[in-house]
Amino acid sequence: MSEAPTSTQPLISVEGLHTYYGKSHILDGVTLHVGPGEVVGLLGRNGVGKSTTLKSIMGLVHASAGKVLLEGENIAGVPSHKLAHRGIAYVPEDRRIFRLLTVMENLRVGLDRDGVSDARKDELLDKVFTFFPRLGERRHQAGGTLSGGEQQMLAISRAMMLEPKIILLDEPTEGLMPSMVTQIRQIIDALHKEGVAILLVEQNVPLTLAASQRVYIMEKGIVRHHCAAAELDVNHAVIKQYLGV
Amino acid sequence: MKNLNRHTVVYWAAFCAVMAVLTVAPLVLPEFWRRFLTEVLIWGLLAMSSDLLIGYTGMISFGHSAFFGLGMYGAAAALIMFSPPNLWLAIGFGLVGAAGAALFVAYFSTRLRDIYFAITTLIFSQIFYVIIFTWTKVTGGENGLIFTRPHFSIPFLFDVRFTSTTLHWFVLAVVTGSYLILRRVTQSPFGMVLQSIRENEARTRAIGFPVQRYKIAAVMLSGIFAGLAGVLYGVQNEFAAPDFVYFITSGDTVIFNVMGGIGTLVGPIVGAGFFQLLRELMSRIFGDQFPYLIPLGFIFIAMIIFLPQGLLGFARRWLNR
Amino acid sequence: MHALIAFLKDIPIDLLIIQTVNGIVTGMILALVASGLTLIFGIMDVVNFAHGELFMLGAYVGVIVMVATGNFWLALIVSFLVIALLGAFIQIVTLRPLIGRDPLNTILVTFGISLILQNFALWYFGPVARRMQAPFTGHFILFYLDYPWYRLLIAALSAAIIGGFWLFLKFSKYGVWIRATTQDRVMAQAMGIPVPLVFTGVFALGAGMAAMSGVLFAPLVGVDHAMGLDWVLKAFIVVVVGGMGSLGGSVVAAIFISLLESYASIWVNPSQAVIVSFVVLILTLLFKPTGLFATPK
Repeated sequence: MSEAPTSTQPLISVEGLHTYYGKSHILDGVTLHVGPGEVVGLLGRNGVGKSTTLKSIMGLVHASAGKVLLEGENIAGVPSHKLAHRGIAYVPEDRRIFRLLTVMENLRVGLDRDGVSDARKDELLDKVFTFFPRLGERRHQAGGTLSGGEQQMLAISRAMMLEPKIILLDEPTEGLMPSMVTQIRQIIDALHKEGVAILLVEQNVPLTLAASQRVYIMEKGIVRHHCAAAELDVNHAVIKQYLGV
Repeated sequence: MKNLNRHTVVYWAAFCAVMAVLTVAPLVLPEFWRRFLTEVLIWGLLAMSSDLLIGYTGMISFGHSAFFGLGMYGAAAALIMFSPPNLWLAIGFGLVGAAGAALFVAYFSTRLRDIYFAITTLIFSQIFYVIIFTWTKVTGGENGLIFTRPHFSIPFLFDVRFTSTTLHWFVLAVVTGSYLILRRVTQSPFGMVLQSIRENEARTRAIGFPVQRYKIAAVMLSGIFAGLAGVLYGVQNEFAAPDFVYFITSGDTVIFNVMGGIGTLVGPIVGAGFFQLLRELMSRIFGDQFPYLIPLGFIFIAMIIFLPQGLLGFARRWLNR
Repeated sequence: MHALIAFLKDIPIDLLIIQTVNGIVTGMILALVASGLTLIFGIMDVVNFAHGELFMLGAYVGVIVMVATGNFWLALIVSFLVIALLGAFIQIVTLRPLIGRDPLNTILVTFGISLILQNFALWYFGPVARRMQAPFTGHFILFYLDYPWYRLLIAALSAAIIGGFWLFLKFSKYGVWIRATTQDRVMAQAMGIPVPLVFTGVFALGAGMAAMSGVLFAPLVGVDHAMGLDWVLKAFIVVVVGGMGSLGGSVVAAIFISLLESYASIWVNPSQAVIVSFVVLILTLLFKPTGLFATPK
């Protein structure tokens, strides 16, 4: 699926972002953008700052310089819980579902928002349980008792409950069996069809290239390469350079 | 012979200046302020002992009232049991009592980190309070113990009564000596390990240091000096009372530390002085019944939020070089 | 072994039952105080030193309302609301600025607050203890004692409050928010839960619960500015023994410790009976430092 980068205002725009962890300079001027409804991949080796970029967008990490814009508005300093209501959903690596809450309670956390009618809530729940029948079966089970794949389903569903404009997905396929990886791909496609943008951080290069319209490649805290996903394949020199062992 | 760099010169010059002032002070101050200054030094010693834990090892302890109290009662025991009352025995008994308490508390509480450590030390100081308060036969219970101040005597050399001035000089000498010893300790390899524990305990342990043993040693060292302060207090005031073992005393100590600046050793002494001075001022302006702890409490809270490094905190690195 | 059995047999069974009832009554109040404390700690890592003073001020408010209106239930409700508001104010002004800093700062700050509140009470209400009359008199005969019904009411009310609170946590939307925030405050924020507000709410709730315990306890003893100190200490022991952050653990630990102290009072005088709780604490620290009765909550 190749499309030219959209010329309408980007949904999320990161410009020259710098972050530090103690004295370590983690993000060294990251610049990228995600258009409405676009699936954008973010590739790079471990430790280059991909997760930190997502966390900075979500307001979970404080940026020392640079801008993050949501639909043109600067969201630096806006608390994460407000961002969640403004349309940004975050699915962290290692899932981090609420282990002692049931599946339903996990979903309710995102579902019980102002301005959502009961009918709409039921609709959203139905949608999720149709997507993930296994979650439906286990809806009153504690999150911690689910398998790794089921927890990932729950983490993504939880984000979907927020009816977000963009989902920040951090390594969703990590540690999952191939059949689950396919399911993740299907979800990404389905969300894309609904017009939900996704910023996908992944180690799985083929999946990322297949699911995204554009990709960024990071190295040492900065974006080194940016192009349409269709221009790359697993054996491309660029991939080998920034992601090869 | 170390290089006489600028820092060393300035530091010792400042030290001598302060010592000169404190030595001359009792000669020019009226009696009330003389005693006031002496007491500030004693509370300062207590707070300084606590700084070893808070400022250098990163462990907030609310147990110092127990060490202080046991120093006081230990001294009381020596002064009551032996006639004529002997200063050195009092110090000895007091230090042993405090060390014993410190070992007991350290053994249990150093297993825990942070908040749990703080709570446990507090509860232990309460255990000592209850024992002292209820074991009336031995400790005098609620009423405490009264005894006479010993002479300053060195066997075969001289035997002299303390005057308020000479007592002040004795206290000054003890406190200064303690400061120098503690300073030496914090700059020693042992002290460096303690500070490493404060910075990052897990990493210190990973490097291979037996962290718990160091912590126990730190608590004991801290407890011994706290006990010394208790002995001095008892000698100055000639009584021992359970009130001082109540955890509020520990709380006051921590307040002196925070106000003065942790990790500086002298900061807590300044903090003690600042606190007592404010208290005295308030009672003079507003009268005896004025609940001085209310505004002091507000100042304390404001300092934690806005000035966490305390009054001398800005000089922390300089003082530790 | 025989000596032990003989020793135990010697204790008159009626005394044992009376002490059991007493133990449960104080245990339930202690449980209510401790649950507020453990809730606050579990969700925001704050050791609330001022908890005993909130208890004490709650008792004073209760006394005032009782004197003014004679209505005990009003006293309970007004006390809850006033102290909860005070708690919210304290949290916003002094604890919010400390979020993200070393949690040991919160111990210091709450200690400072406890000093202020205690001295305020001393200055404003004076050193003489006040009494509150029980909401209703009436006793039944428990063996050789006239046992006031009121004491049983306290235990029942405490249990009801704790039970109601547990239901709130388990089934209401805000209960889910509180539990989610306790487990993972970062993800709770990412999911749209206004965590700073939840912190304030929980602190206020904990304060209110302490206040209600104070009102319940007031008719049993005189109300004075120092009554909070003993309670906060015991509450801390309960919280450590029960497992910090564990609501169920605190309740069980509170009753356990109170019962032990009650039984100990058969032989030693009450001010020494507190040693029992210290011993339990030491044993817990030695053998199961995470808490004897910890249940994940």
